[in-house]
Amino acid sequence: MSKRIEAHDVDIFYGKFKAVEGVSMTIEPRNVTAFIGPSGCGKTTFLRSINRMHEVLPGAHVTGRITLDGDNIYDPGVDPVTVRSMVGMVFQRPNPFPTMSIRDNVLAGYKINGKKMSKSDADDLVEQSLRGANLWEEVKDRLDRPGSGLSGGQQQRLCIARTVAVHPQVILMDEPCSALDPISTLAIEDLIRELKEDYTIVIVTHNMQQAARVSDTTAFFNIEGTGKPGKLIEMGPTEKIFSTPEVQATEDYITGRFG
Amino acid sequence: MANNTLTPTRADGVRTNALRSGTLPGYAKWACLAGSLAASALVFAVAGWNWPLFGVLGALLYLGSWTIVNAAVRGGRHGSNVFWATLVWIAFFLALVPLVSIIWTVLSNGTRGILEFGFFGSDMAGVTGVQDQAAAAGESGVLGGIKHALIGSLLITLVATLISVPIGLLTSIWLVEYARGGLLARVITFLVDVMTGIPSIVAGLFAAGVLMAHFEFVGGGYSGGNQIMGFTAAVALSVLMIPVVVRSTEEMLRVVPNELREASYALGVRKWRTILRVVIPTAISGIASGVTLAIARVAGETAPILLTAGMAVTTNWNVFKGWMMTLPVFIYQQLMRPTAPSAPDPSTQRAWGAALVLIIIVMLLNLIARFIAAAFAPKQPGR
Repeated sequence: MSKRIEAHDVDIFYGKFKAVEGVSMTIEPRNVTAFIGPSGCGKTTFLRSINRMHEVLPGAHVTGRITLDGDNIYDPGVDPVTVRSMVGMVFQRPNPFPTMSIRDNVLAGYKINGKKMSKSDADDLVEQSLRGANLWEEVKDRLDRPGSGLSGGQQQRLCIARTVAVHPQVILMDEPCSALDPISTLAIEDLIRELKEDYTIVIVTHNMQQAARVSDTTAFFNIEGTGKPGKLIEMGPTEKIFSTPEVQATEDYITGRFG
Repeated sequence: MANNTLTPTRADGVRTNALRSGTLPGYAKWACLAGSLAASALVFAVAGWNWPLFGVLGALLYLGSWTIVNAAVRGGRHGSNVFWATLVWIAFFLALVPLVSIIWTVLSNGTRGILEFGFFGSDMAGVTGVQDQAAAAGESGVLGGIKHALIGSLLITLVATLISVPIGLLTSIWLVEYARGGLLARVITFLVDVMTGIPSIVAGLFAAGVLMAHFEFVGGGYSGGNQIMGFTAAVALSVLMIPVVVRSTEEMLRVVPNELREASYALGVRKWRTILRVVIPTAISGIASGVTLAIARVAGETAPILLTAGMAVTTNWNVFKGWMMTLPVFIYQQLMRPTAPSAPDPSTQRAWGAALVLIIIVMLLNLIARFIAAAFAPKQPGR
């Protein structure tokens, strides 16, 4: 239930503006890959191009190839909806659907798509997904209450449960803890370590300790200056990137000399 | 306490709060207001009584004196604060005057009309000058009622709503979700703004013209070769309603956070399902109350309905055939062309009654809008 992602010479544009240039990388399955780098360096943009979410913005497009187990997701005949059903995403700010209960939020991927499901199957899926997101014990008695009534950390785990419920191959996380307190952050990080048993996980983070704690592989993005495109500077096993990086800029960033 | 020596105490030894120096007691404001009104009353008791001028002079005296008192006791900053705050309050009461006055006048004049036996249950069929002369002479109650006008108003407004809500809703969905600010979208937005400003009589002429072109077969067609019918009035009203529905729905759809759309896309949901199951449910309370307010807005239109549905004395349930009465036109007709020109009082009474009913309907619609907004609002956080 996890796929290898390969990027070949990917450029990403917003209209005429080139936001990311020349990214090539391999993201291993059952692995946590962290993207780090200063603001505006294109990590989130690149992350969003992995499930074709960036093209929601008018004028955004991609050149190059991104493959899921060898299949190019930017092939002209590919439906972005198919890609997104395989590559789930967790956003920076928890965004449960305000009109839905906790239970309906978990089932949102099915309910919105109008898929019929027997009540027992739905109950099983809700419990399994909420357990998978370490949220079951906290909400099992109030599944019919609105999802927006949970705390920020619980909401974010609810969003993860919602993502897990549709059985994706890959989970992308865009700074999932930046709006959360340290305790909730810890809960999410524990969850990420559990999820990597089954999924390919890519996480964007500004928190380098977090990258060091949860990731197996780290990719450092950087930008030369305002208006210039962001580039992948260095990618490797997390211990190596944090101890003996090959590029000076990576070391400067990690040791806090800039950024 | 250690700082007792620093605390000012009165001669009798009672401790006073140092933080309260330079402030006014709570009753000062009301004393100032009462004084201003009393002074104003004194002036007009001498010069001859006049309610509006009494109010104006009282308000100005209060504005001036309360500002001066504050400026003197609490300083210039408080003075100007009080000046502007009082001005805002006066403006608020000024705006309330016409509203209260209208409601009071209609209530006091219309209550007798709607309490008349058969006011809601009968139309004006068979009510002629003879009956009204008798009613004016006190020989019988005022006969006749608004059944035909009430039914006409409800039917025409209902059909207008059925026409304009789908068009308005789909237009705004296209504008917000699909158009991405292209040329066509800007043109449509501009035209919707222009439509908002169309005089209602022009909308009536437009509807009459369009329907005339399509229904005025010589002696033929279902409507009997006549464009004057309830449906034409509904078309005229929907011309007035559509821009209101488009603008209010557009506003509501735009405030739905993009994060919710993206969250839905990220689950592998198609755009149209996202709009149908995520965006619209999130915005439905605002959309519903906007639509209700648009209905309330057109329910009181007179001119376009006079042109398109004409007027009638009998109840007509068929919006596609025959003239139809509505409440505003009923009021107009009863006042301008009383059933018994030499004894207009019964007609006047019916007109006030109809006006009261119309105001009640519009107020009910506003209440319904609030209720809908509360009932459909996204679930509130609560544990």
